[in-house]
Amino acid sequence: MSSRVGIVTFPGSLDDRDAARAVRLADAEPVPLWHGDRDLQGVDAVVLPGGFSYGDYLRCGAIARFAPIMESLVPAAEDGLPVLGICNGFQILCESHLLPGALTRNTGLHFVCRDQRIRIENTETAWTREYAAGQELVIPIKNIDGCYNATEETLAELETGGRIVARYVDVNPNGSLHDIAGVCNEAGNVVGLMPHPEHAVETLTGPTTDGLGFFASIGAWLAGDLVAAS
Amino acid sequence: MIGERPPGDDPTRPSGPGPAGAEPNVTEPAATEPNATEPNATEPPATEPPATEAAAPTTETTTTYTATTYTATTEAAAAAGEPPGSGRADADADADDMVEAPGAVDTVEIARNDPGRPQPYAELGLADDEYDRIRAILGRRPTSAELAIYSVMWSEHCSYKSSKVHLRQFAAKAPRSGALLVGMGENAGVVDIGQGWAVTFKVESHNHPSYVEPYQGAATGVGGIVRDIIAMGARPVAVMDSLRFGPADARDTRRVLPGVVAGIGGYGNCLGLPNIGGELVFDPCYAQNPLVNALCVGVLRHADIQRAAAPGPGNKVILYGSGTGPDGIGGASVLASATFDEESARKRPSVQVGDPFMEKLLVECSLELFREGLVVGIQDLGAAGISCATTELAAAGTGGMRVTLDDVPLRDPTLRPEEILMSESQERMMAVVAPRDVERFLEICAKWEVPATVIGEVTDGTSLVMTWRGQVIVDIPPGTAADEGPVYERPYEPPADLPSLQADGAGRLPRPGDADELRKTVLWLAASPNLADKSWLTSQYDRYVLGNTVLAMPEDAGLLRVDDVPPPADDQDGQPGQGGLGIALSLDGNGRYARLDPYAGAQLALSEAYRNVAATGARPLAVTNCLNFGSPEDPGVMWQFARAVEGLADACQALGTPVTGGNVSFYNQTGSTAINPTPVIGVLGVHDDVRRRLSMAFITEGASLMLLGETREEFGGSEWAHVVYGHLGGLPPLVDLAAEQALASVLVTGAREGILAAAHDLSDGGLSQALVESCLRGGLGCRISLPGDPFVELFSESVARAVVAVRPGAEGRLAALCEAAGVPVRRIGVVGGDALELENFFSVPLAELRQAHQVTLPNYMG
Repeated sequence: MSSRVGIVTFPGSLDDRDAARAVRLADAEPVPLWHGDRDLQGVDAVVLPGGFSYGDYLRCGAIARFAPIMESLVPAAEDGLPVLGICNGFQILCESHLLPGALTRNTGLHFVCRDQRIRIENTETAWTREYAAGQELVIPIKNIDGCYNATEETLAELETGGRIVARYVDVNPNGSLHDIAGVCNEAGNVVGLMPHPEHAVETLTGPTTDGLGFFASIGAWLAGDLVAAS
Repeated sequence: MIGERPPGDDPTRPSGPGPAGAEPNVTEPAATEPNATEPNATEPPATEPPATEAAAPTTETTTTYTATTYTATTEAAAAAGEPPGSGRADADADADDMVEAPGAVDTVEIARNDPGRPQPYAELGLADDEYDRIRAILGRRPTSAELAIYSVMWSEHCSYKSSKVHLRQFAAKAPRSGALLVGMGENAGVVDIGQGWAVTFKVESHNHPSYVEPYQGAATGVGGIVRDIIAMGARPVAVMDSLRFGPADARDTRRVLPGVVAGIGGYGNCLGLPNIGGELVFDPCYAQNPLVNALCVGVLRHADIQRAAAPGPGNKVILYGSGTGPDGIGGASVLASATFDEESARKRPSVQVGDPFMEKLLVECSLELFREGLVVGIQDLGAAGISCATTELAAAGTGGMRVTLDDVPLRDPTLRPEEILMSESQERMMAVVAPRDVERFLEICAKWEVPATVIGEVTDGTSLVMTWRGQVIVDIPPGTAADEGPVYERPYEPPADLPSLQADGAGRLPRPGDADELRKTVLWLAASPNLADKSWLTSQYDRYVLGNTVLAMPEDAGLLRVDDVPPPADDQDGQPGQGGLGIALSLDGNGRYARLDPYAGAQLALSEAYRNVAATGARPLAVTNCLNFGSPEDPGVMWQFARAVEGLADACQALGTPVTGGNVSFYNQTGSTAINPTPVIGVLGVHDDVRRRLSMAFITEGASLMLLGETREEFGGSEWAHVVYGHLGGLPPLVDLAAEQALASVLVTGAREGILAAAHDLSDGGLSQALVESCLRGGLGCRISLPGDPFVELFSESVARAVVAVRPGAEGRLAALCEAAGVPVRRIGVVGGDALELENFFSVPLAELRQAHQVTLPNYMG
């Protein structure tokens, strides 16, 4: 049975179609979710896609965080629902305090779109089980507010707790501390990622198909859940 | 009437059109004369450019047209010099009245009872005879609101009064093409690409706003062209931009270029449209007049085409999107000078401000409205906003419309009706909706948090009537404003300096004398601003969003997959998508070629775009264009324009690719110095299977390199002459459209048969630059040998040529294809190694090439 993955569309979400395509290509079923609803429609996992929710006015993700759907999503995530926030989705997860830290303006002050090499640091999360520890991927990155920031204590916690999911390799495109490209919560079910795996799922349109693993991982995680439950 | 703006900006004040406003004319002595020397005394008065029009300070005016008719977007008219007996003092008093007594509104009734009241028509850019014609049409003097409407609708930008007589050729010479679904008077042409899919695309200029306020000027340029595409019922799927600036090392270029790039990126990225290609050119002639041309392409099903018309009495007129504010009111009259000087700062507020977030909501909201069939007619609001939308929708419908201006949602409650009519506030659309559908229409707008308001309805009459505070302030036959503007046959003659320019050929320029100088020249060109790597710019654009980008810059053309999602089951328009259908787009221009010969220059721009599209394996199908020129009041510029249009129309006929629409941008000049005539041509191609696309990248070790086409000794207007000597003279390369067609057929068939490993067109910088780009793109070198004069072989810019890497074993098949098509072909070498090597002459390691190619822009822009 293929898992049902909800994809939330906020006003200003841009990569929601791409996320749905990636979910489909990973043999899961994409379920569109609307920011104004509170019903998660019993999905097995949720993707917060990239974009400029509410125009990124005020602060990236700061307004989306108060959307009705988040009232249901936050507690569900705290109860273990797998959630992947990509780019703007990552920013929303930080604003919602499901993940620590914040994404600020790139150190170069420009929007950066490039094929970025990253290294998977944690293969135990709901979204990275398909990868091998230390595996390097090439995935597009495209953001202007992608510089990961956090206090020294938080960074230390993330490092010691193995909660840094992926790091930039070769080039740090936005000045993120500790080359952080993605982090997760303690349980590993909530992952925030600045690069866009949904843009690396087809050889025709992406630099690689390295991104598929994120969406394929969810099946294994859910299967694990079922085992644990039984 | 616009007395609330700062004194200096108020065109109704003597100081406006006085010394400050009139100053630019001083730099255009000829401009004050032409009506005296008008040749067409036989023309009806209304078709003559009178002194006041000719004396108008110039503004970049852009006219938008499709194959046979022309849809208008607008900037308000330029303020004109003082006409004889316009009762300036009274006019000024009249303006002040309005400010001091906000309640006092000029109504149709007052206009009838007070026929003699002097009006500031000259300050609004209307000539004496144009004003007289308005009075004749109405049988009375216009109200101030009617005057506002006519002044913007009859401006150069909206009425294309100088270009119309020439643009007619695009329709007259249009090749028979079953592909053209819509070309007539809509916001953009629509082309059939098969399997029930259609494509609409168009390019528009935003040159002067981008110079005054680079970020917002460029951003709103993108926003405007995207709304044109939505208005056709299409989902916008990509944007491109063609940019031209002064010298790369000029201080002002470092002010304008980064702002323009940030504006295009900031708007396009936030809107979620991939930027898949374009141009970046530096030339001193654009120093104070950059060119910012933005293209948008949209995809739709045949059944989904929308029209800009308001038929059906009783239907409601709904304004939706952003509120109406004071943005860009009389934008053009404030930006009225082509001479940008210390006043620019003062002019800044007249540039509109964009809100890409609202535009994104407008896109999704409009597409949902279309899907539910709730829209009878639709029009985007660009410049001239409500004046343009109401007159055009009404004129294209039954003619009758009633609008209650009080109902227009305002961001600034102090706006007067004339200002509401002229406001260029962004992110607005106007729809005509059947009464039964209004409720659902408003529901969908509410879902997307897009404000929507019923402001009027279609009537069975023939006039456009607008009320304000219960009084009628506009009552006109809409067609007289929208379609029956003045038409000028401006005088034209070749520029005086053309013969000497053409006589000064590049043949006299010293050429590289030995192998080492050839090697240096290869690197010199690869590092020159026009040919250097553009990643500094393109990495600021999102090329991935929507997930259908197959090729993007620096490839020859942008290539998009179209039928990722199969058409809906209830779609009767054709079989489901096969997953391979795609479109290719290229945007090209060459101002140096056009300066030397505008007829050939326009054809060469089309040739290059056509070749670029074919180089990806796509079949060229249709053409759009943005014609950037100086002042039409300069007979030399008008000649360049006439020749360029004729050349483009003839070439489109020869290639069988119809012009689906485009845009004219006049008054691109500083003082009396015009830019090089710069027709920018966009070609759309269709790809039957994008999985067989061709890339420029050399990635197949051992693949044979073949040169297709004939190389002649052609250096007039070449990149080599420009880079090495800053020389412009002689004649541009010979145009050979038959050869372009033959080359394209080989490339398209070669791609379909899968015998090619790479293909790259030869253009600026010739074979040398093409090899540099293909080697660096694929990370593989090549070894070539050239029998003839290595300088000519490497740097000549002869047309109808491409270099291809052939899959091992397919050389014979390619030779057969070329022979059948009559395309000269010869083997020049092989792909491989880590250097670009010309046997017996030189070898350049890729690392050295890459360094030279990549450091240029970052060094200039930081």
